[in-house]
Amino acid sequence: MAGIAVSTKINGDNAEFLCHPDETLLDVLRDRLGLMGVKEGCGTGDCGACSIILDDRLVCSCLVLGAEAEGGRIETVEGMAQGDQLHPLQQKFLEHAALQCGICTPGFLMAAKDLLAKNPDPTEEEIRFGLAGNLCRCTGYDKIVRAVQDAAGVMRGA
Amino acid sequence: MRYIRPSSLEDAVGLLVEASGKAAILAGGSDLLVRMKGGFIEPDLIIDIKAIDALKHMTESEDGFVIGAAVPCAVLGENAALRRAWPGVVEGANLIGSKQVQGRCTIVGNLCNASPAADSVPALVAAGAKALIRGPAGSRIAAVEMVPVGPGKTSLASGEIIEAILLDKRQPRSGDAYQRFTPRTEMDIAVVSAAVNLTLDDQGIVQSARVALGAAAPTVLLVEEAAAVLTGSRVDDGTLNRLAEVCSGACRPIDDKRGTVEFRRKVAGVLAKRVALTAYQRAGQK
Repeated sequence: MAGIAVSTKINGDNAEFLCHPDETLLDVLRDRLGLMGVKEGCGTGDCGACSIILDDRLVCSCLVLGAEAEGGRIETVEGMAQGDQLHPLQQKFLEHAALQCGICTPGFLMAAKDLLAKNPDPTEEEIRFGLAGNLCRCTGYDKIVRAVQDAAGVMRGA
Repeated sequence: MRYIRPSSLEDAVGLLVEASGKAAILAGGSDLLVRMKGGFIEPDLIIDIKAIDALKHMTESEDGFVIGAAVPCAVLGENAALRRAWPGVVEGANLIGSKQVQGRCTIVGNLCNASPAADSVPALVAAGAKALIRGPAGSRIAAVEMVPVGPGKTSLASGEIIEAILLDKRQPRSGDAYQRFTPRTEMDIAVVSAAVNLTLDDQGIVQSARVALGAAAPTVLLVEEAAAVLTGSRVDDGTLNRLAEVCSGACRPIDDKRGTVEFRRKVAGVLAKRVALTAYQRAGQK
């Protein structure tokens, strides 16, 4: 296909792809690169299910064109676990039952990872504001907040 | 559709001028991509300005701040000097969307999208911010309030791009503030909003002020009569009540599911009082 050649780094590995000019990064990650952890919820930046970290910024991949990722560093949920070793956030989401249907979970994990990278010891209020761009229709959020608090403690070595 | 990522502003202007079909500027994309997805706009050419080095930076000099058109709003909130000088401007910019949107959206995009409810615009207008505009005929500077001319419409001529927002160097004893009303605290659009910017004399009396209202008319409102109420005062209760009356009276809002005309008028006055007090307190601390 005629397309725009884009060169990126995804979860630490070099990744090159061709995409249409109007193709979102969300569609590229899922449909061309097979990274199905990136979920499509609303497709308009309201729900956060497609959250990824692009050049150290949390973004909705539905609001980024594939072409805009040229030269970018991308992190998705697929890069969180180290082999069989789950990331502390993933482990705590499991332990606290912070997920039910799971569609929002990869987005929450990326948002929480970004939050803790910038604020390793957030208050409950900071967590709730920090995750306000991610919607969950199952859990009622409390379990997610507890999981993030618990994971933050583990990550601080507390 | 074509996607082009020029590396200079001259090239971007050239592309806009030569575009045969509909061309769209892409900065953060938090409005453009949503409008494309909804089928409201089908550009033939997307000009991504994020590879233009000059637009990617915010600088502080003797004259004030220059905020490039490709600087995401999150960067404004992370800049201690800007937060100190223009806290109201930062409040407005940081209220747009979620954390995810903050990392992409820009104040120039917010201005050019020309929504009457744009959160960053009232505080910029109150701050007396200017837009530095580049076009085929060269550069010009326009007051921010002159840019939007109606919902979704700007005064930019064909081929023109806003390259930066200019904020003056902060005078001593100055403060600004912005607040909006929304039914929930996050991820919402202003039903109505207000911004006040003022400078005190050495006696603590308001020497100059600017008052702006958002979502209260087809475009942001600069309410000069409200500024006149504040000027010469110590922002006492009587002044605040007159300020609220004037602001409520200046509104020309719409009636919709998010708020009635009556509600928007009332809340515009309430918010104007609150932000005037906050701006006054901030000015007193410097």
